[in-house]
Amino acid sequence: MFGKLTFDALQHDPLQDGAGFSMILGGLLIVALITYYKKWTYLWKEWITSLDPKRIGVMYIIVAFVMLIKGVSDAILMRAQQSIAISESAGFLTSDHYQQIFTAHGTTMIFFVGMAVVFGMMNLVIPLQIGARDVAYPFLNSVGFWLFGAASVLILVSLVVGNFNATGWLGYPPLAGIEYSPGEGVDYWIWILQIAGVGSLISGINFLITILRMRCPGMTLMKMPLFVWCSLATLILIIFAFPILTATLGLLSLDRYLGMHFFTAGFGGNPMMYVNLIWAWGHPEVYILVLPAFGIFSEVVATFSEKRLFGYASMVWAIVAITILSFIVWLHHFFTMGAGANVNAFFGIMTMLIAVPTGVKVFNWLFTMYRGKIHFTTPMLWFLGFIATFSVGGMTGVLMSLPPIDFQAHNSLFLVAHFHSVIIGGVLFGFFAGFAYWFPKIVGFKLNERLGKYAFWCWLVGFLTAFLPLYILGLMGATRRLDHYDPSTGWQPLFVIAAVGVLLISCGIGFQILQIIVSIKQRKQNLDTTGDPWNGRTLEWSTTSPPPLYNFAIIPEVHDHDPFWATKHAKNKQVAEPHYEPIHMPKNSSIGFFVGLFSLIFGFAITWHMMEISVISLIAVMACFVVRISENETDYYIPIEEIEKS
Amino acid sequence: MTDTATTHHDPLQEAYTKNVFGFWVYLMTDCVLFGILFATYAVLHNNTFGAPSGKDIFDLSFVLKETIILLTSSFTCGLAMIAAHRLETKKVIAWFCVTFLLGLSFVVLEVTEFAHLVDVGNSWEKSAFLSSYFTLVGTHGLHISVGLFWMIVFMAQIARKGITLVTLRRLTCLSMFWHFLDVVWIFIFTVVYLMGVS
Amino acid sequence: MDIPKESLHGTFNSYLLGFILSLVLTLIAYFAVAEHLFTEKVLIITIVGLAFTQTVVQLFCFFHLGKETKPRWNLLIFLSMAFVIAIIIGGSLWIMYNLDSRVM
Repeated sequence: MFGKLTFDALQHDPLQDGAGFSMILGGLLIVALITYYKKWTYLWKEWITSLDPKRIGVMYIIVAFVMLIKGVSDAILMRAQQSIAISESAGFLTSDHYQQIFTAHGTTMIFFVGMAVVFGMMNLVIPLQIGARDVAYPFLNSVGFWLFGAASVLILVSLVVGNFNATGWLGYPPLAGIEYSPGEGVDYWIWILQIAGVGSLISGINFLITILRMRCPGMTLMKMPLFVWCSLATLILIIFAFPILTATLGLLSLDRYLGMHFFTAGFGGNPMMYVNLIWAWGHPEVYILVLPAFGIFSEVVATFSEKRLFGYASMVWAIVAITILSFIVWLHHFFTMGAGANVNAFFGIMTMLIAVPTGVKVFNWLFTMYRGKIHFTTPMLWFLGFIATFSVGGMTGVLMSLPPIDFQAHNSLFLVAHFHSVIIGGVLFGFFAGFAYWFPKIVGFKLNERLGKYAFWCWLVGFLTAFLPLYILGLMGATRRLDHYDPSTGWQPLFVIAAVGVLLISCGIGFQILQIIVSIKQRKQNLDTTGDPWNGRTLEWSTTSPPPLYNFAIIPEVHDHDPFWATKHAKNKQVAEPHYEPIHMPKNSSIGFFVGLFSLIFGFAITWHMMEISVISLIAVMACFVVRISENETDYYIPIEEIEKS
Repeated sequence: MTDTATTHHDPLQEAYTKNVFGFWVYLMTDCVLFGILFATYAVLHNNTFGAPSGKDIFDLSFVLKETIILLTSSFTCGLAMIAAHRLETKKVIAWFCVTFLLGLSFVVLEVTEFAHLVDVGNSWEKSAFLSSYFTLVGTHGLHISVGLFWMIVFMAQIARKGITLVTLRRLTCLSMFWHFLDVVWIFIFTVVYLMGVS
Repeated sequence: MDIPKESLHGTFNSYLLGFILSLVLTLIAYFAVAEHLFTEKVLIITIVGLAFTQTVVQLFCFFHLGKETKPRWNLLIFLSMAFVIAIIIGGSLWIMYNLDSRVM
């Protein structure tokens, strides 16, 4: 019944033990604090069973922050190792451990930070910006979050019980096949991604229908805020790309569990097909990560330039072009796998083309700032940092879109520096901007500006210090994923500088944690009493901070871009007598949580080949849905008296 | 495009169109999933590694039987939905029972085909071709089985609650799922069996 | 109970038409292959063409696609999906064939 699980799974080297211990200790501390302050009922009623996207969004972001710390810890370990490992015996990490670390780093950052902030921001912002009260499927919103939660717990469990995948964040066979990775690591990784992937797909469908069908009257597609447009494009990418991941990982797991031969080195298998399929998902995935950030920047730049965004229509067409193009460039991730010149040239040209609409967006943002009244708030600083870092990253991307150049740069540190530039500069800075921008709306008070600025400068200088050396190292011939190298290469000084960079980034994170603590302490001085702390332009700023459960007592009707700005500056402000109607809202539900819980059990059980438990937990998941559709009263009405009160 | 929120004020009516549309989008994602399995089959179908190829193991007349059974079940499912829109609960259950039995026969036939292959030693472990064959056809069969389970659950619900806006909406989704599986089968029939034999 | 106006449902005739057409198209394809009516290349084009035809028939008769009121989101998303899988399947076949021809 216990499959491959034995007590050996708890055996680790001292460093892994330390990490696992501190994580468990941290978890126990949190449990102790919640118990001491008697908050379990509150947590269950107001958060765990909540179907409110504002609550679900906050939960996504909290998990993202925790995972960011985990991912940066992995980075610190890697930088530390590489700064001292000038021979095979130097350094403090074994090769096997190092391989698990870089695999976990990539997996954590992409799935549990990147996707988490995407869905977190969508939950927090989209309903408010389109004048809706909720998403299309509130129950499935909860299910999507708890599947994500289950996968997050599972990756943390993999730190303590057994080993994680050691074949890179994309797990290429044959190395990731059963013959060369017979342990539980790759299986953990497969099921973690499958569970998270199903959650992403469900949430993707949810928000797509929300945007298409729940916009308030008057908000045509060409009047939507740009964050909503970018999210719409992202959702199209999600719904068409994530099934590719599900299928491909499914095929790999069939190879590993049932002895099939899709990607094996013999019996007619073709490992190159895996690389092809996984990148057919992987390329849209990186656009899924970055497009919402573009949307956030569009909002931030317009607000803090006190100017309407320049070139709305061209921005929309740029987004559409990027969406379509992102499906026809995926081979640029494996130019060196051996396809002929025709194939490589086609995909190289398509890749170069993507720079055009992206450039249109960058210029439009800059044109928005031109002659605007600029406020250098923290979100605006993050935007400016993005322009600097993302542009460099984007340009190195265009460089590598030329196959002959890519043959030199593929899998070198030049590539690593490129994708970190665009991901950190784009996705992460975008999230930080959005976090600072919308924090007052969701929580009710502003963040401490001074600490925010310190965090920004640490991140920006830290990022440049950590990654500019990597560009140079890549050109000097350093490949990725090295756990030691020869000192005659002359690489060590640059690795040391990079290590300093990651320490600066950690200071940035320190300032961010401090900022949250201080802001909470000083919240009474920084209350957002108007609901519009930044002189905003879009509908979310027309509500209180935080908004009521139902967002809008009366569904707004819009006639323009930047509808709230239009309302604020309307010539004749007719305030009609508000006519309230009872508001239809979904009741809380614990079923989403249980779907997550049983999925977690399933993921752990099937990783360790505990087949009976796997089957039972899978049946339990299905039972949850049967229970849900048998429920009679899932909604309720908020009476008019209560609306009038708030 | 001038689409904005629907002007329905009845949440149940809004939920009907919203949910059916959402389910359609889910079916589109399932198409992509099958698309990947088809792509994989197309790439690997000649990699027989000495083990039998499609020509050796496919029995076209057997597959024709399966195809006609599934097509008929798609038709009877449509008849069930016509009855559902007329609120004829008993007819709905009757036609879905017929659909269920046809679907079950399909699964039984397919399982027999698979079992026979495994018995004579042509399991999925033998070659990339056999792996991709079993996976593509098996995934379809798994979807059919889920659909059959779904039918049982819903027939129980219809028997208790009758045809309401909520149950009609769910039946619509189920019937869309069932028709979708028949469309996928058209391609399996053509690409796997017909092309495999010719 | 008011069924929403936008809800698509078929008539007996549309389902019957779809069923019979699909049956005919299936049988043509079956006999074309079973009786080796054409050369290989023509045969493949024929049966693929029949498959796409049957798909369109079923999309129209069973799914009522295209009969919706504007904006035709169902149709639009279907076409987007078709575009995406055409690229991915076509692209994958091109890439893998190209790689295969360069392996030997």
